Amino acid sequence: MYNMVDVYISERILTPDKSMDKVWERPDLLIDVPNHYCPGCSHSVVHRLLMEVVEELDIMERTIGIAPVGCSVLAYDYLNVDMQEAAHGRATACASGIKRVFPDKIVFTYQGDGDLAAIGTSETIHTVNRGENIVMVFINNGIYGMTGGQMAPTTLEGAKTSTCPEGRNLDLMGHPIKIADMIALLDGAYYVTRQAVHNSKTVRKTKKALLKAFQYQIDGKGGTSFVEIVSNCPSGWKMTPLEANDWLAKNMFEYYPLGNIKIPQKEE
Amino acid sequence: MGQKRLMKGNEALAEAAIRAGVQGFFGYPITPQSELLEYMSKELPDRGGTFVQAESEIASINMVYGAAGAGARVMTSTSSPGFSLMQEGISYLACTEIPCVIVNVMRGGPGLGTIQPSQGDYFQAVKGGGHGDYQLIVLAPNSVQEMANFAFLGFDLADTYRVPVLILADGALGQMMESIEFPDYVVKEHLTDKSEWATTGRINGREQHILTSLHLQPEEMEMTNKILQRKYREIEAKEVRYETLFTDDADLLIVAYGLSSRVSHKALELARKEGLKVGLLRPQTLYPFPSTVLNNLAEKVKKILVVEMSAGQMVEDVQLAVEGKIPVEFYGRMGGMIPQPDDILDKLRKMNESTLNV
Ligand SMILES: Cc1ncc(C[n+]2csc(CCOP(=O)(O)OP(=O)(O)O)c2C)c(N)n1
Ligand SMILES: [Mg+2]
Repeated sequence: MYNMVDVYISERILTPDKSMDKVWERPDLLIDVPNHYCPGCSHSVVHRLLMEVVEELDIMERTIGIAPVGCSVLAYDYLNVDMQEAAHGRATACASGIKRVFPDKIVFTYQGDGDLAAIGTSETIHTVNRGENIVMVFINNGIYGMTGGQMAPTTLEGAKTSTCPEGRNLDLMGHPIKIADMIALLDGAYYVTRQAVHNSKTVRKTKKALLKAFQYQIDGKGGTSFVEIVSNCPSGWKMTPLEANDWLAKNMFEYYPLGNIKIPQKEE
Repeated sequence: MGQKRLMKGNEALAEAAIRAGVQGFFGYPITPQSELLEYMSKELPDRGGTFVQAESEIASINMVYGAAGAGARVMTSTSSPGFSLMQEGISYLACTEIPCVIVNVMRGGPGLGTIQPSQGDYFQAVKGGGHGDYQLIVLAPNSVQEMANFAFLGFDLADTYRVPVLILADGALGQMMESIEFPDYVVKEHLTDKSEWATTGRINGREQHILTSLHLQPEEMEMTNKILQRKYREIEAKEVRYETLFTDDADLLIVAYGLSSRVSHKALELARKEGLKVGLLRPQTLYPFPSTVLNNLAEKVKKILVVEMSAGQMVEDVQLAVEGKIPVEFYGRMGGMIPQPDDILDKLRKMNESTLNV
């Protein structure tokens, strides 16, 4: 059931047009305004990828996104699709409501680790357990960015935050939660993958994963698609963007290894 | 009008909601409202709607938020402890102006309390139980027939004003069987067309629709509040509903809603037989509250008795309405106990005597 093999999905991605010099273009659906994210923050990269995917799959007219409470609470200021801003942790309940009444809509949620894996754990598990045919995007930056850098359920052992100033102590504060691995155990999970966006190679892979997840939803395959993105938080981690990406590669991937955690059985 | 049927209050409300075109029901089991959820699970999928048993009342109300935000007529139902859990979500619904119907079939509290009927959630229902300045339209049925009628009315009011509407019933109204007739009801398309604001996807490339309650700039947040308040003033002007009985010649006026009004009605009949001139004012909307009619009645009657299945929550609104013109007394039972007509009668006799002594 679990394997780490990347699945071929789109020629567009794997064979870029070599005749062109342009390596990056703002997707039309990414609203052209300065964003509020800190320099180097993963959120803005994932925003861009999401809008590329919605454009490429040509689903804007039926896409509804759910913003969380967290640094990406204002995602609708940048993602030019219809969006609802949900209460802290409740994005997937909100998405479930929409998808159940309007199964033809394409619904995605976008949540941080505090939102998805602490206050919203119940909604996360039960949404996936019901096999809601939605895409869940999970930004795991190991910290509560928005509220000023407190410990998150995903904070690594020893990592210092404003509520574990001496570093996370597993005896007192519990273990960093591997929520993607947990939900992959649920029969309602269709596609569970863990990616990153700290360099161009991982950005491309994340794009592929997102394309796949949305395509599964469009095809009406049986279950929830879950894309975790191991992310940075330069401000919360008190590092420069480069230091943060470095730290992430050196520390986060060991505990949160990249790759597919669950892929559709036919594709194994 | 169709034929008469014998139904439980919870089932009548569910059936009416289906006839009102409800497209989604999201709920979690709790006594004494579970028949509503069960009826929906059995009927709704066959009649064009969606039923989801959520993992909690928190999930239920947020499913409502999503689906109603996307433009559907949807609802949830619960009883008191579950209503407490919904408060955050209701605050979001109110702020984003998303119409929906919420049913609270109240039971005794506080805490886990009892499954017996109560009216202990008046404050939570009428004063905006969640955070921030907001109101729900609160409909208070007192019969199985009104459980059904208020489902139709609830959806129409919700869509007219883009507000969440609460149907505030109690365990007795939910459980008791009475004969009812479903009114002919036609869904009004101008009410259910939400294409102006709902999150449907950007159909034909139209402008983005956003439903959010986040307004970081205080000036903007205050403006949002002012828009809500303006709407509440309009609702207060247009949507007050109440019933009066024998108020023309009354010396003593009972004010009671829901089940308490049924018991009070019985006490009124007993009192009239003894020659006591008792009248009854029954608010059908707890918000907006019939303050003006009460204030006018306070010019005519000598005393008011508020009867509730609580420690006396509505009594505060009655006092505010009568502006100290006449004494306002209270009789209530708590924690799932139901006031008895004889006890109310005793209270009325005493009030009448002291009126004569004045
Ligand atoms: C009910 C409730 N509790 C707490 C908060 C405060 N709060 C806002 S964002 C947040 C944490 C967000 O962290 P995360 O989900 O990891 O997102 P990030 O900012 O790191 O992207 C908290 C606790 C809130 N808005 N609502
Ligand atoms: Mg975080």
